[in-house]
Amino acid sequence: MPLLQVRGLTHYFGGLKAVANFNLDLEPGELVGIIGPNGAGKTTVFNLITGVYRPTEGQILLDGHNLVGLQPHAITNKGIARTFQTIRLFKDLSVLDNVRIACYSQVRYSPLAAFLHTQRFREEERQTREEALRLLDIFNLRRYAQAQAKNLPYGEQRRLEIARALATRPRLLLLDEPAAGMNPGEIQRLMELIQWLRREFQLTIILIEHQMRVVMGICERIQVLDFGETIAEGKPKEIQNHPRVLEAYLGKGVA
Amino acid sequence: MRFIIQQTLNALQLGSVYALIALGYTMVYGILRMINFAHGDIFMVSTYLGFFVASFLLGWALHLPMAVIFVLTLLLAMFGTSLLAVFIERVAYKPLRQAPRISAVITALGVGLFLENFTLATIGPEPRILPQVVPVINFNIGGVAVSSIQILILAISALVMFILDTIVRRTMTGMAMRAISFDKTVVPLMGIPVDRIISITFALGSSMAAVGGVLYGIAYMMDPYMGIRIGWWAFISAVVGGIGNIRGAMIGGYILGFVEIFVAAFLPSTYRDFVAFALLLLLLVFKPTGILGMPVVEQKV
Repeated sequence: MPLLQVRGLTHYFGGLKAVANFNLDLEPGELVGIIGPNGAGKTTVFNLITGVYRPTEGQILLDGHNLVGLQPHAITNKGIARTFQTIRLFKDLSVLDNVRIACYSQVRYSPLAAFLHTQRFREEERQTREEALRLLDIFNLRRYAQAQAKNLPYGEQRRLEIARALATRPRLLLLDEPAAGMNPGEIQRLMELIQWLRREFQLTIILIEHQMRVVMGICERIQVLDFGETIAEGKPKEIQNHPRVLEAYLGKGVA
Repeated sequence: MRFIIQQTLNALQLGSVYALIALGYTMVYGILRMINFAHGDIFMVSTYLGFFVASFLLGWALHLPMAVIFVLTLLLAMFGTSLLAVFIERVAYKPLRQAPRISAVITALGVGLFLENFTLATIGPEPRILPQVVPVINFNIGGVAVSSIQILILAISALVMFILDTIVRRTMTGMAMRAISFDKTVVPLMGIPVDRIISITFALGSSMAAVGGVLYGIAYMMDPYMGIRIGWWAFISAVVGGIGNIRGAMIGGYILGFVEIFVAAFLPSTYRDFVAFALLLLLLVFKPTGILGMPVVEQKV
């Protein structure tokens, strides 16, 4: 059974059709790319899947269960996590706390237990702390654990966003332009990291990306959006030479 | 010297009440960037709740020990006031969360007026005093008069503020409160139920006000208008301390307590509000974010 099924997803902003009849089936473990020019509706698709927006029409099924109408926190707790196109860390919190806070749904202690510093409180705090530190280790961020998130270099902030997303223990990870603003060396390492994470955490991944090198390099399938419509889908090779894709990116007459 | 110590005690007593109420203003502002102008009237309602609970328990002729009656009064007033505040948030503020902030602030003013006039219409304007639930014992320490009520107010205020501060600092819920003030869109995507955190914030803030309300009712007279006057002083406390900052609200409360008592002690009492507001204005000129406040950076959505 597919992990995620999106059927006829349509979303309007006022009279503007941002996403039109978007369909996607994701098998567990797949890595699918969504590309398209600016304003094509890619991030809107992520906002619809994660419940930030409620779709005008369409269905989103995770393990066959409908997600439409659920609140974002409930969707996250069902196993969908994401990063953001523009970095949205909790800037004034420490790097460690940025990851720790994403463990929210895993703690069960009561406020009273916290005040009395009970065994259970200490045990749960120790566990979330260790989990957060383990994630920071994976992303090579442990030495910054106590620094404020806003003081991290740009590339590290991008990696911290992924670490924070993983702390919610997702099965499906949505990455929104993770390579934006990175230099070629960083991009290479990011590609390796994404593939390693997929294996290590048994993730299914949807990747929005402008860097063709990334999308063509690691995605098994690609879906191309333009003005909210899906204009092409297929393997990276097929997409590269698809006439409508070239037209959308480069304009008419080129293809 | 004795006079100064005496007045200091009085200032700490009044400051405790201001600090307890200021916490509610500051916590709600911290999470929603909204000033809950109904909070003073929520405090007023809590005092009346305490009044009714205490009268009921005493009239019930169960011959409960006074300490039990006092603790029950405090807990039930906290519980009832929390329910009221959470209800108000759900009904009056939540539908306006996407609206411009001024809409929620004006609604809060309306809710405050409603509570005040409702109390006025149902209970009446005459001042009341909480039935005696604490034995009054006066001590004389080196010529300074200290009453059991004074000691109780100082001790209980310090205790509940310590508990609140610890809980907010230690728990994930406290961290979530800080996170929501930075970015309300991202927090739910970390699996955190924002609505619940907001309800908890209102519940905690209003139960602090209820502790203040019951303690106030033990020491002073209550009337339906007290929410405005005391509420304003508590609000100024929160601003002086740095609105949004919990420890700031506590410090601000005690500062305002000192200002009120000492102005009244040395100057004509009509100077009281004038001096308090002059101090507030001066402070805001030199430290616009208050004593412990951080500069507020507008977040982009």
